[in-house]
Amino acid sequence: MRNLKAVLKRELRGYFESPVAYVFIIIFLLATAGCTFFISRFFDARVASLDPFFVWHPWLYLFLVPAVGMRLWSEERKSGTIELLFTLPITLIEAIAGKFLAAWAFIGIALVLTFPMVLTVGYLGSPDYGIILTSYLGSFLLAGAYLAVTCLFSAMSKNQVISFVLSVVACFAMVMLGVGVFTDFLNGFLPVRISEAISAFSFFTHFQSFQRGLLDSRAIIYFVSMIGFMLTANAIVLEMKKAE
Amino acid sequence: MIAVESLAKSFGSIRAVDGISFTVGKGEILGFLGPNGAGKSTTMKMITTFLPPTSGTAKVADFDIWENPLEVRARIGYLPESAPSYKDMNVYDFLMFTAEVRGYDGEERKNRVMRMLETCNLKEVAWQLIDTLSKGYRQRVGFAQALLHDPEYLVLDEPTDGLDPNQKQEVRALIRRMGREKCIILSTHILEEVEAVCSRAIIIGNGRIVADGTPEALRSRSVLHGAVTLELTGEGIKDALADLQKIEGVARVEELKNDDLPAKTAVAEGEDAAGSAKNGKSSLRVRLFPKKGVAIAHEAAKFVHERKWEVDAFTLEKGDLNEVFYNLTKGGEKA
Ligand SMILES: Nc1ncnc2c1ncn2[C@@H]1O[C@H](COP(=O)(O)OP(=O)(O)O)[C@@H](O)[C@H]1O
Ligand SMILES: [Mg+2]
Repeated sequence: MRNLKAVLKRELRGYFESPVAYVFIIIFLLATAGCTFFISRFFDARVASLDPFFVWHPWLYLFLVPAVGMRLWSEERKSGTIELLFTLPITLIEAIAGKFLAAWAFIGIALVLTFPMVLTVGYLGSPDYGIILTSYLGSFLLAGAYLAVTCLFSAMSKNQVISFVLSVVACFAMVMLGVGVFTDFLNGFLPVRISEAISAFSFFTHFQSFQRGLLDSRAIIYFVSMIGFMLTANAIVLEMKKAE
Repeated sequence: MIAVESLAKSFGSIRAVDGISFTVGKGEILGFLGPNGAGKSTTMKMITTFLPPTSGTAKVADFDIWENPLEVRARIGYLPESAPSYKDMNVYDFLMFTAEVRGYDGEERKNRVMRMLETCNLKEVAWQLIDTLSKGYRQRVGFAQALLHDPEYLVLDEPTDGLDPNQKQEVRALIRRMGREKCIILSTHILEEVEAVCSRAIIIGNGRIVADGTPEALRSRSVLHGAVTLELTGEGIKDALADLQKIEGVARVEELKNDDLPAKTAVAEGEDAAGSAKNGKSSLRVRLFPKKGVAIAHEAAKFVHERKWEVDAFTLEKGDLNEVFYNLTKGGEKA
């Protein structure tokens, strides 16, 4: 546990000691604000709700989360420091969890910094703060799921760009499974039960339940087990690939 | 003690390490010697629990690499090949990180790091990003990281690689000093290094041990071992060649044509032929090879003295590790 903390601290410091962190946070804030105000036309809607803000998260995370996570293992393998890391008295689980949690915390910090949105909507009207809270939780869990996918693909390639592209594609697939057009498409040739089962695996459907103000335990369990599954796969891939 | 038992590793169809067994005890500095691709690094990666062996095992201080990898890691200081380290950190933070993972905190942690900065001459670059350091400094950072917890066991993969001659000397002195109370395995393909620091050497070729012994013992396997090289000047010295054969214990006399090359590979006949003329006298360079197990230095000296030749040089050859190395590992070079 102490070693998990050591790894986590090292990674998190790594983010803030490079300009990339600040660039990322600024892009994240600008993008969320831009989408909310200019594309969703937040002010014109005249509704005291942050829906137009959260609705963009699955799409923004699609690029931003892989950008945060791509280097986690690629860099470690490329520079050979993985040999250092795994000959220190650290377990595989500590290392994987430490890195994951560091990147997740970093995204969490970026998410917290969107609080002016809450202030704005609170100033303009009287929103349902319960929904806002569950939406934030849902958004954070969604980011965690994206990040776990990214960790997995980061372990697969020494090349950060390849890790990034593969992660984006994989996350996109996980989202699309539950998006209307895609389920409609599946319904075209699959029995509804099967296409529903497929979309039940989507990030998107589970994210949406949080946006309705539900603290759906099934959705929480879904995201947590998705993260657990991806990180387990991450461990297996690392074990296989670390020699290279 | 480090005990390696029939360790083997395959990468697909490549048999990188093919059944290696040895033990190293406290106070020993074992040199792992072999051409590139021989399997030195792979063996070290298995001992340090980075790679799981395909078969076989190793024990470090009685902890098995399969059963207790964390105990093994806790006891080993490891310097991987080309000393990887987190380049986006400064030296101090990097060492603080390894100290934390090694289980130190508070003052103890800081003190250990400070001591390492001192020992490894890193004080002046403590706050510099590792990325900006020269190769020599990075190697020292790797050393500092490996020595921080004062481990009983040290595994050093090409510790002097990429260092300049002065730095090499420093590192060798450091290793020799530490070797007294630790158990050290170091790999190298520099033969002089083995002679300079190791109490024992294992030569590996093609993933197998081809020789194991003290550097002196290995050198004595050389055909040169015990030979006497003479440089003589005198009149009628040309005839000496046959004469020298008469020395007791001499198996063979060979004329040396070129300074730089060992007798066996001496170049083209005729070139620099048969000694040069010096002040009307001629000179001759010869090497006397002894019969197996016979010491000929004494007899040779006496003989030359009796003949009243001028002796410009008289060398008793200890044997050439390069030659032993070459003969044991040639054909073992992999693509
Ligand atoms: N990850 C790997 N995948 C495939 N082959 C490898 C790998 N690591 C090492 N090898 C091969 O194993 C052999 C031994 O390599 P290595 O232990 O690095 O040799 P040395 O350190 O003695 O130069 C070489 O032929 C090398 O190509
Ligand atoms: Mg090597």
